[in-house]
Amino acid sequence: MPDLMTNTADYADTRLDATLQSSEADTPEIGCFHCGTPLRGSVFTSRDKSFCCGGCQAVFELITENGLGDFYRFGNAAGVRTGSVPKVEEFGYLDDPELRERLVDFADGRTTRASFRAPSMHCIACVWLLENLFRLNPGIGYCRVNFPRKEVSITFETRKVRLSEVVALLASLGYAPQFDFSDSEGRRRTPVSRRLWLQLGVAGFAFGNIMLLSISSYLGLDAFSGPGLRKLFGWISLALALPAVAYSGAGYWQAAWLALRKRIVTIDVPIAVGIAALAAWSIGEVFTGRGPGYFDSLAGLLFFLLCGKLFQQKTFDRLAFDRDYKSFFPLSILRRKEGREERISLSQLRAGDRLVIRNGELIPSDARLISGPATMDYSFVTGESEPVEKIAGDHLYAGGRQIGGAIEVETVKEVSQSYLTSLWNQDLLSKDKKPSLETLTNRYSRRFTIIVLAVAAGAALYWSLHDSNRALPSFVSVLIVACPCALALAAPFTLGTAQRILARRNVFLKNASVIEALARTDTVVFDKTGTLTASGAGSIVFCGKPLREEEEGCIFSLAQHSTHPHAVRVAKSLERKHAPQPVQSFSETAGCGIEGIVAGHEVCIGSAAWLESRNVAVQSPATAPGSIVHVVINGNYRGCYTLSSALRPGADEAIRKLSKDYELALLSGDNEKERGRFREFFGNFGLLHFNQSPMNKLNFIRQLQAPGRTVLMAGDGLNDAGALKQSDVGVAVVESIGAFSPASDVIMSADMVPQLHEVLRFAKASVRVVQLSFVISAIYNLIGISIAARGLLSPVVCAILMPLSSVTVVVFACGLTTRLGSRIHRAAMPGGGAGP
Amino acid sequence: MIVLFLLIPLSIVIAATFLVGFMWAVRSGQYEDTSTPSLRPLMDDKLNNEKENK
Repeated sequence: MPDLMTNTADYADTRLDATLQSSEADTPEIGCFHCGTPLRGSVFTSRDKSFCCGGCQAVFELITENGLGDFYRFGNAAGVRTGSVPKVEEFGYLDDPELRERLVDFADGRTTRASFRAPSMHCIACVWLLENLFRLNPGIGYCRVNFPRKEVSITFETRKVRLSEVVALLASLGYAPQFDFSDSEGRRRTPVSRRLWLQLGVAGFAFGNIMLLSISSYLGLDAFSGPGLRKLFGWISLALALPAVAYSGAGYWQAAWLALRKRIVTIDVPIAVGIAALAAWSIGEVFTGRGPGYFDSLAGLLFFLLCGKLFQQKTFDRLAFDRDYKSFFPLSILRRKEGREERISLSQLRAGDRLVIRNGELIPSDARLISGPATMDYSFVTGESEPVEKIAGDHLYAGGRQIGGAIEVETVKEVSQSYLTSLWNQDLLSKDKKPSLETLTNRYSRRFTIIVLAVAAGAALYWSLHDSNRALPSFVSVLIVACPCALALAAPFTLGTAQRILARRNVFLKNASVIEALARTDTVVFDKTGTLTASGAGSIVFCGKPLREEEEGCIFSLAQHSTHPHAVRVAKSLERKHAPQPVQSFSETAGCGIEGIVAGHEVCIGSAAWLESRNVAVQSPATAPGSIVHVVINGNYRGCYTLSSALRPGADEAIRKLSKDYELALLSGDNEKERGRFREFFGNFGLLHFNQSPMNKLNFIRQLQAPGRTVLMAGDGLNDAGALKQSDVGVAVVESIGAFSPASDVIMSADMVPQLHEVLRFAKASVRVVQLSFVISAIYNLIGISIAARGLLSPVVCAILMPLSSVTVVVFACGLTTRLGSRIHRAAMPGGGAGP
Repeated sequence: MIVLFLLIPLSIVIAATFLVGFMWAVRSGQYEDTSTPSLRPLMDDKLNNEKENK
């Protein structure tokens, strides 16, 4: 069924999900009947089916008991792993009236409607299950899924079902809705382009009907029926065209007025002038009864222009390009008050509250550590990939992620006043990047407008000297024919096509004008952690006397029990070779090491300092890039694992290619230990900066821009957020599409990083296509103007010339861009492998 | 040809009803998600089978 999915929806991210899924299914091991996770260790069974966890078993029972067993016929293991069965109480905080008010779309005494983002839905079975929720709970009414947006909108009876119950039901099925702090601040989706659709509808309606009436006049209808019908047609056309001009053209009137008030010339100005000239002249003709006017061309022009606008307005609903820190924070937090634990929403958090932070949770505001040693992962804030150990009494910054056991903290500041937040509240970051009016189209249209006005005036002047009756018609018809329809369409269609092609390669652009910025780029700045290096997938090398098979197995079994990132990576590297064995008297000294007895061996792994404090002589390798985990078995020192962050496959090649055409720089929040390694890739001219704070990064970009460079910044964490925003093109690199990413112009799947060079080249080529299209439209305009200036422009010529030029330009632009795009596809295949 | 005076307004009235229909479709949000509906026919099939089996 995932295959079917790839055929029906043209969303590249869906395809990505599908491939991930099928690769899971390829493993020969027996998988959980519900989610397909390979079964290991304890297995849950129900009705002859095996499950990986109690959660999956519970979902299976819930689904089958309610007659939804067909869920499993959509495909093998279509479910989402839930882990454990979530309790309704966990979501109790959602029933807080104030919070509830902000989360639901609509509520009255009887029914409530709410939309939830459920990123884990991935296939048609998910859609089916979610739309049949009403079978699982009688209080739930109508459910509708918006798949591209990964959103489910649910209507339920206010009195019978609480919001928390609906959310708990979704969570128990594995579609835990994603709430974040920004939801509670009344964030609402931007309204979709409904207005544009309506404008297009009105313009299309007018265009079709007026065309029908006009064809008769092209063919000389008077011969059959006299001028009466022609007059009627003129008036009907007028009636049809007026709403189109007023309503459909509203966007152009406003934009042109705005541009004129700012005393600049944008593409909207000549368009508005053209529309106005067409409308005024045609109305004049109808009123004086001289002819049918140019209403057909007028409506057609509006229709084509709006088509272009709509085409360019491709947005990626699932992706948010303007997330700030609030989206990274959870909606709720566990507060301990008078010995009781309660879930409260983040907006209720006050300084002085005591919070319980569990493994993997974020510290929501600056706080002091009360109990338990903590291991803080600040990669979010600083980019430093190594976790930091903290002891009771230490100050913790907001944005740190706890790794290991639960800790208790006392907040010292409110959410909005923390270190991380204050970084964000800087003037620069709170301001949006101004959409540049200095687009290609506007640059051309400035010259264009001047030339057109000059020609029109020239024609008028010439005819007023020779044949004054033809002065005004020639002036108006030059303005009419010069209306830069083709010019206005060239950029939207080219850039819109390019945007779609890139989206298919998992590179998502905020809007089409980002391509122009990509093409202008001359400096590329990389963040290290998570962008050039893959998090958690580095190389692990063992130094020392080679370990015996059995010893390795013991280390694996022990390391498996810790959540410390180093232990996790050691365990992962051995996972394929060994089966876990039971561990006795396991103990973990948080952030230092772990020990236990496996198969009769006393195994101890941890940091040098910790082992030395236990009187074990440790030999650290002299020059090791990355972190070191030492191993002691039965009191004997055996050696150490060195963990180094690995460069993404192909990243070195990509940097080498980029270095030929671009200035390169590396910014890292990490320490200097990998400088040597990156010097090799970046060559002697690349700028390498380590130990960079988020503010340093931002300032570095600013310095680069000062001499007029166009900077592309590729980064992944919140620590890059400032730099991403300051740069001309901010590229957020994400491991999976739909994962949280900081505010940026481009969201790019991490496996496309090696293809960055191709993407930039494609952007340049696209801009060249736009320029070529301008040339074509200029030729048409020359022909049109040469006819118009002689005062010979008839409605038929106008009605043929205008659509013809538009269609040629659109076909040329889309066709050529698609061809260029297919070229990057082929280039991208060997390294990336993201496409099907 | 005099019949055109009747037919032309009539055709426009008919076309206008389609325009109104289109506006209703846009306002009711049908143009906001154009890919999920294409999946639904596949699902209805499954559901019907299930009913028949019972």
